[in-house]
Amino acid sequence: MLPSYLTMAAILFCIGLYGALVKRNAVVVLLSLELMLNAVNLNLIAFSKYGVAPSLTGQIFSLFTITVAAAEAAIGVAILIALFRLRGTVNVDEFNKMRR
Amino acid sequence: MFNIDFTGEFAAFFVFSAIMICGAVLMISLEKVVHMVISMAAVFLGLAGMYVLLEAEFVAFVQVLIYAGAVSILMIFGIMMTKHQAAEREPAKPLHETLAAIGALSLFGVLFYAIRSTTFPEAGNFNPGEDNTMAIGELLYTGYVIPFELLSVLLTVAFIGAIVLAKKEADE
Repeated sequence: MLPSYLTMAAILFCIGLYGALVKRNAVVVLLSLELMLNAVNLNLIAFSKYGVAPSLTGQIFSLFTITVAAAEAAIGVAILIALFRLRGTVNVDEFNKMRR
Repeated sequence: MFNIDFTGEFAAFFVFSAIMICGAVLMISLEKVVHMVISMAAVFLGLAGMYVLLEAEFVAFVQVLIYAGAVSILMIFGIMMTKHQAAEREPAKPLHETLAAIGALSLFGVLFYAIRSTTFPEAGNFNPGEDNTMAIGELLYTGYVIPFELLSVLLTVAFIGAIVLAKKEADE
């Protein structure tokens, strides 16, 4: 079963990568990043059951990843709101200057 | 090549992976941003189901709470605070999209080839403990105390930072 889980995670990661590269709404880019982080979590948990030395360490590590991803999402949305207030847009193509 | 035995785990895996791939592809192809967030919630729920299959019940429920609950709602709030009737416009850069698609597909090709051509060693015996949540809690408070406390500091800093960043500037 391990290759099936790894393939699933690879599919999710590639879809997330494509979305992060192509989409121009910044909220959707953040969502795609979350998708990629989730794919990595799936790998961690799959190896924590089917790996050579199965243990709970993989699950603990994925909990840490989830926490960091939540902090990243909060900061990302906050930066987005501040930028929207400054520029009036959420299009990532127009975020090419650090100041007005 | 696909030496898969059709057990109950495989059937459940198939259902969950169908949900997740449908959600992810819809996320890429839908027009409205709110619909994209909803389809991402489907992906998160499918992932939680897969975690249950992998005997990681606590992580599965954390996934439902944090991702399907908090992160989705946070993204919806992000959309509401920025643009209400937000919709993706027509692609203006077809070359860019094609290159990104080729890059993602070739990355998937490499990963798929690597996964299929590797012979994984026989898995050891996985013992998730009688109570998965209790086992994780004991590990968190014995072997992983320092990373755990560091993470709590990180979360505090991140949320204070988010409030400061999103607060309206006083002089405007």
